[in-house]
Amino acid sequence: MADPPEQDATPDEPAAAGQTVELALSEQRGGLPAAPGDLREFLPGLEPERHVTDWGRSERVEGLVDRTLYEFLYHYWFRVEVEGIENVPARGGALLVANHAGALPPDGAMIAKAIREEHPHPRPIHLTMDHSFKGLPGVGMVVTKIGGVPAHPANVHRLLFDEQALVLVFPEGRTGTEKPVRDRYRLRRFGRGGFLETAMRARAPIVPVAVVGAEEAQPVFARLNLLRRLTRLPYVPVTPPLPLPAKFRIRFLEPVWTAELGDAPWEEEGLVQTLGQDIRALIQENLLEMVAARRSVWLG
Amino acid sequence: MTMDSRRILITGLSSYWGGRLAQVLEREPGVEAIVGVDSSDPKHELERTEFVRVDTQHGLIRRIVNAAAIDTVIDTRLVVDPLTEPLKRAHEINVIGTMNILAACSGSDSPVRKLVFKSSADYYGCEQDDPAFFTEDMARPHPARTAIERDIVEAEEAVAALAARNRDTTVTVLRVANGIGGEVRTSHLALLSLPVIPSILGFDPRYQFIHEDDVVGVLEYCVRHDLPGIYNAAADGVLALSEVVSLLGKPSLPLLPPWGTGFTAAQLRRLGLRIPLEMLRQLRFGRGLDNRRLKAAGYSYRYTTREAVLKLRAQQRLRPLLRSGVEDYHYEREVEEFLRWSPSVQSAPDRGRRPWRPAADRVAHLEGTLAALRHAGADAIPDGVATAGPDPGTRSPLTSYDDLSADEVIEIASSLEPAALAQLRRYEAAHRSRAEVLAAFDRNLARRRQSGATQ
Repeated sequence: MADPPEQDATPDEPAAAGQTVELALSEQRGGLPAAPGDLREFLPGLEPERHVTDWGRSERVEGLVDRTLYEFLYHYWFRVEVEGIENVPARGGALLVANHAGALPPDGAMIAKAIREEHPHPRPIHLTMDHSFKGLPGVGMVVTKIGGVPAHPANVHRLLFDEQALVLVFPEGRTGTEKPVRDRYRLRRFGRGGFLETAMRARAPIVPVAVVGAEEAQPVFARLNLLRRLTRLPYVPVTPPLPLPAKFRIRFLEPVWTAELGDAPWEEEGLVQTLGQDIRALIQENLLEMVAARRSVWLG
Repeated sequence: MTMDSRRILITGLSSYWGGRLAQVLEREPGVEAIVGVDSSDPKHELERTEFVRVDTQHGLIRRIVNAAAIDTVIDTRLVVDPLTEPLKRAHEINVIGTMNILAACSGSDSPVRKLVFKSSADYYGCEQDDPAFFTEDMARPHPARTAIERDIVEAEEAVAALAARNRDTTVTVLRVANGIGGEVRTSHLALLSLPVIPSILGFDPRYQFIHEDDVVGVLEYCVRHDLPGIYNAAADGVLALSEVVSLLGKPSLPLLPPWGTGFTAAQLRRLGLRIPLEMLRQLRFGRGLDNRRLKAAGYSYRYTTREAVLKLRAQQRLRPLLRSGVEDYHYEREVEEFLRWSPSVQSAPDRGRRPWRPAADRVAHLEGTLAALRHAGADAIPDGVATAGPDPGTRSPLTSYDDLSADEVIEIASSLEPAALAQLRRYEAAHRSRAEVLAAFDRNLARRRQSGATQ
């Protein structure tokens, strides 16, 4: 198993403990699986009687939400239009990278629904969420059941490499959702490129996605820092309670094949940074193009 | 499959895992000696394991190890559950006890060649931003929060230091997930046996268990094979608590509030509902382990998490029906020593609850011998390979009889018919002529003649 590229943890002495006992193994294999299928064959399959996966995703709850809420939002409220769906691979893991916007953004849900509706081989996609969701009572529980996964590099790696699944990340992270209205469609900094490293280690292609409409659907007019401490939420926005019916356009761009980038591309800092900036620029370019081409925010 | 461990020391013999492991290892004929140490009496019935009551004192364990030439030490003492021991005593057992065991194992003059350390998945802790599945090479992401987690971290550090200093000792560290089963007693199981299972309002944590048979199986596997390094031991499948509750067929009650959980848990403790701190965190965030490394090393789990929970349900349903039938075992030191060492004892005592079962291939050897003897005739003494056996060209079953050790022959032969036993005695006298085997056969035949005469 590859080590997560960056852990915000401060590993104290136990890190040394783990490493010294394991020295024999890591000396042999350099800490990474020797062959791609090394441990993958031992991945336990889901038992047929269970309808909740090992990640906590419930097909019953998800099916219900999909049939009711997402169906309505996709077809009637946001009237989503999709371009380039063939860029999402039909088999194997892939990391979808999208711009993020709005307070409680429905863009993740709409991307998942788009793949399920439009793609010739529909697959479930895992949506990475900020860790703070796991600590929220009620909301965290529901989000996990409909496909939310905490945004930890080890989680993304396991999904991409071991389970060969689709994963959606929002590299802007919290900064994306905090954008006030005047900064809409201007992409924030893409973090440290952690998602890139993870995709490279997992040898999974990266599919950039540009989403137009989410900014207007849930505009953040202001942020209130007063209630932050009490509720432990990342921030408390001033935003309309329900999303406004902006027209959504989702464009899937051509995938970046990380497997072709070399033997160990994640070790080259320069390559990782440049690639991150390139992807950001690509999404930004497409966003501006789509915004320029639309006639109206609400009608498209 | 080779097993190089011949002389085994099990610490924590009075714990559920230590006792069961001793029962399993006893049946291995290759194991010459099993010694168990603990500060309290064993709770499992054992045949040939020797129990030495030792408190956590350094010098004594080392003396035992050196005197008995122990080559394998299995440490199952680690207390991760405040149910088994109060916290202060737990710290002593975990940290100081471990250091004493390690001191007995270390050093160039120590005969110990293998150490299996049963640690716990609590090593990883349980926090909001943890990965969904912990792999063995992940260091603990946050500093330890509770006393037990600190103890586990210290103990593992000490074990790692020993491994680094003694390169030719095989050190295995097993991080075992929550054990589940009908016989073991843990805080989690105490909670799951309540008619209504408490949970924290608004949280549905992920739980991964391991069946008690698999815990013992994993420990035994590490004794048989050389597996240096750290391994996670947990069953396949991570269930949400709602799934577990529905499998057990019980309702779940969100007794604990999402904020102020610790406070409420303290109040509930007064009412008799004990929820340790580690369990509170698990009830909130849950934890998953990546168990593939041990599977890649060749172990196959008998039960998945779901199957283990179903077995628990079956046990819970049966418990009120069976409770009156079975008495608990009490260890009586004098009785055990008499049964093992006294020269007056003539045969394996009828234990009643668990008959000694010889290994299948041993029985096959003996059956082959008997078949050859029958073929050769009632009074004849076969010469050996040329005359015995249905086909002189094939390998005679009589040669395989000679592989059996004296003890094995004595044990198995007591279940033979008198005529066959007499013939076997003649064969033994003609060939290997082992004094103790002949004496045992004579005693057996005399007893049967006596009981036959009195009937």
